[in-house]
Amino acid sequence: MKKAFVNKKYCVACGCCLTTCKMGAITIPRGVYAVIDDVKCIGCGMCAKKCPASAITIKETATDE
Amino acid sequence: MNKSKKWYDYLWIFSAIYLVLGFFNILFAWLGMICFITPLMIAIIKGNKAYCNKYCGRGQLFSLLGGRFGLSRKKDMPKWMRSPYFRYGFLIFFLTMFGIMIWNTYLVFVGADLKQVVTLFWAFKLPWHWAYHGTLFAPWVAQFAFGFYSVMLTSTLIGFITMILFKPRSWCVYCPMGTMTQMVCKIKSHNKEN
Repeated sequence: MKKAFVNKKYCVACGCCLTTCKMGAITIPRGVYAVIDDVKCIGCGMCAKKCPASAITIKETATDE
Repeated sequence: MNKSKKWYDYLWIFSAIYLVLGFFNILFAWLGMICFITPLMIAIIKGNKAYCNKYCGRGQLFSLLGGRFGLSRKKDMPKWMRSPYFRYGFLIFFLTMFGIMIWNTYLVFVGADLKQVVTLFWAFKLPWHWAYHGTLFAPWVAQFAFGFYSVMLTSTLIGFITMILFKPRSWCVYCPMGTMTQMVCKIKSHNKEN
């Protein structure tokens, strides 16, 4: 399964990803960096495209299913 | 997912009007203080970046122009420009230039002549006397307005250039206010954890 991953070092917590995520899978708790909810994330890559800091990558995750 | 527009999705209109007002009466530049004080207050009091995330009119303007109007190449920024070194470096540079602007305001306060110029990119002095019609306030109030509008116009233009070259909201990556509020949030969040 594909999921979005945030590079904390590069994330500026601007919130571009928040508004673009159709699944509502992204939050920016305490304004530090974006956090992806793996349960909600479908790995569509919209956030990675929008991210001006290019801090989000879409990676294949190993699943138990 | 509810995609209906909220009232704050239209704040880009104010950012656009702000830039226009500076061409008619420079004293409107003072309104830009809202963009400095509000994000810092939200970060300090609430401990989040709601300003960047929801209310920033400039960010909305860039995402509109670069996104819907297609003025952006939508390419990745070079890695050095996204690095924390550049971001913090730009913040230090920005604050230094801001300090110099405050110093010039002080000089007028103590009697120096008011300079009716807008300085673009911290270097190019443009005559701007047509936006100054005298004021009921002291001359330093106008000097600050000229200086502050210079900061706002310069940063908008830089943001506009990086919007075209890279992604629409590239400005957000090195925005000094964004860097500062994230710093405040990091400190607050760190304190909470301990």
